[in-house]
This record gives sequence, C-alpha cells and structure tokens, in this order.
Amino acid sequence: MASAAIYSLFIINKSGGLIYYKDYGSAGRTDTNDSLRLASLWHSMHAISQQLSPTPGCAGIDLLQADNFDLHCFQSLTGTKFFAVCETGAQNIEVLLKVIYELYTDFVLKNPFYEMEMPIRCELFDLNLAQVIQKDRVALLGR
Amino acid sequence: MIGVGKAKQYANVLDKPLSRGRQEVSLSAFAFLFSELVQYNQTQVDNIAELERRLEDAGYAVGARVLELLCHREKGNRRENRLLDILLFIHSTVWKVLFGKVADSLERGTEHEDEYMISEKELLVNRFISVPKDMGAFNCGAFVAGIVRGVLENAGFPAVVTAHFVPIEGQQRPRTTILIKFAEEVLQREARFG
Repeated sequence: MASAAIYSLFIINKSGGLIYYKDYGSAGRTDTNDSLRLASLWHSMHAISQQLSPTPGCAGIDLLQADNFDLHCFQSLTGTKFFAVCETGAQNIEVLLKVIYELYTDFVLKNPFYEMEMPIRCELFDLNLAQVIQKDRVALLGR
Repeated sequence: MIGVGKAKQYANVLDKPLSRGRQEVSLSAFAFLFSELVQYNQTQVDNIAELERRLEDAGYAVGARVLELLCHREKGNRRENRLLDILLFIHSTVWKVLFGKVADSLERGTEHEDEYMISEKELLVNRFISVPKDMGAFNCGAFVAGIVRGVLENAGFPAVVTAHFVPIEGQQRPRTTILIKFAEEVLQREARFG
C-alpha cells in the first residue's frame, strides 16, 4: 500500500480562481492548465448544484463519487473552497480538509505578505501542509 | 476594558495597586494586529530598509514602556545598571512577560567584545509569517529588535539592535537572532565599574 489516500489538493478563491494546487499521487498527474480548468469547472458545478438542489438551504456538493476516485469538498464561510481528489472510499477526508483550512487561516491569512484571493506562496503553509499529509499517510499505513 | 465597571474606585490613581498583569492575550488577535501593522507600514515605505526601521521604531515605543512597567512591578522600582544584568533582565523577565517564555539563548559575540546575541528558535511574531523570497533577508523580528533597543536605551545602554535569520543545520526553518551592539561609552563605563 504505497500510494496515499489523497491524490491532489485544490484551494479555490470565492470567484473560482485556483490559488493553490498540490499533487500527491503518481497516478493522475494534471498539468497547470488542466488543474486551472478543473478548479473553475468545480466552482461552477458547485454553484449550479446549489440552485438545482431540491432541498432548501443546500450549500453545494460535499462529495462526488466516481468509479476511480472520490472528490471531497469543504467550503469555508467566506466562500473559499478546499477540495481533494482521493482514493475511492477514503476515510476522514472531511477532517483532513478542516485541518488544512485551519492551516490556511493560520499561515496564509495571518501572513502580512499574502494578498487576499491571490495564489498562495507561503513557505510555512507548504511546510505545515506537508507535515499534515505525511502524518495522515502514516496513520493510514498503520491501520 | 473588561470588568472596569466592577473595579474599586480610587480617589488617587497612585493609590491604585499596579495590575499584576500576566494575563494572556489571544495569539490570533495578536497575529492579525501585527500583520496589519506590517501591512500598513509596507504601504508607507518604498524600500525594505525603511520598512525595517519603521517596525523597529514601533517596537522601540513598546520597549520603553515595558522597561518602565517591569522595573516597577518586578524589581521594586530598581533598574539594572550592569551590562550583564540588563541583558539577563531582557532575556528572562521581559521575554517572559511579552512572549510567555524565557528566550532560547543569550550569548556573547565571538568576534567582537561589544556584541551580544539573543536567539530564538521560533520568534512569536514570526510564527505565522513567511517572508517572500524577493524581500531577501528581511525579518519581521525587527519589531522585537526595536523592543530590545527601547529597553536598553531607556535603561542607559545605547545600542544598535538588529534581527537576523540564522540557518540551523538539519532544520528547515532558520532561527532568529537579535544582535545587540553596544555603544562604546557603555563598555567604557562597564570597565570603570570593574
């Protein structure tokens, strides 16, 4: 079981622009253009799903299940979306996304050199994110 | 201020006991405030040296006040007048009140007699800050350097204080060293003290 549960991670701002992208699996590597397209596509789908939903007060798609992957999405109150493409049936991704959101609030939003809604280039965020993903991997292997 | 309504009224402000302090403030609140301080100052300057100087000046005002307060509260209105004592005062008392812990280390410079260094593995003000590559060696610890300078200068030890990133082997993050270079007169006085 060499591959981790999570394949890739996206963070998109409230207007659908990709502000962070990270690849983790060797399979399914996407180039920059594809990841940008995927990010804005997901943003629109998420918005449409809110309007199409038969239940009132729907916040959008949380989980998309496909044959070969699961896509978990977490939307913060300000509209920033965190979504991860994972192995099918991967557990605890919602928790992981919330932890990543926490890292974002700490190491991106409290950084005076970060401009809101712009691509994230923060060394500390990268460092701590790598640690969290690594920990998640270890926990997964231990299971 | 919270609970101010319940406080006992004193006719004379000097009769009022000085608050014990030591209450902690939210780290997040501080981090956001500090972040805004840096951002505001960034809009007011056009080069990095100037930004560093402005942060240092902001810290200087804190240092001057902290010295006054702590001499009264912790030292019974006595102020250190020896070089090593004032450095230890900063390293332990000031650091503890401001950052909740004693500084990681206090060393004397190996090359110059008049240089001292206070090092911190993870400076509190830098906890959430990643300096972009294009800003070079800029360190927001300049604010803390300003605090140290404020304490020293008001205690009668004029010095030049700067903050630097120093890489540590086997660690991804560099530590921050506050370099203190005392003015000549301070060392001369110290020599006379014997």
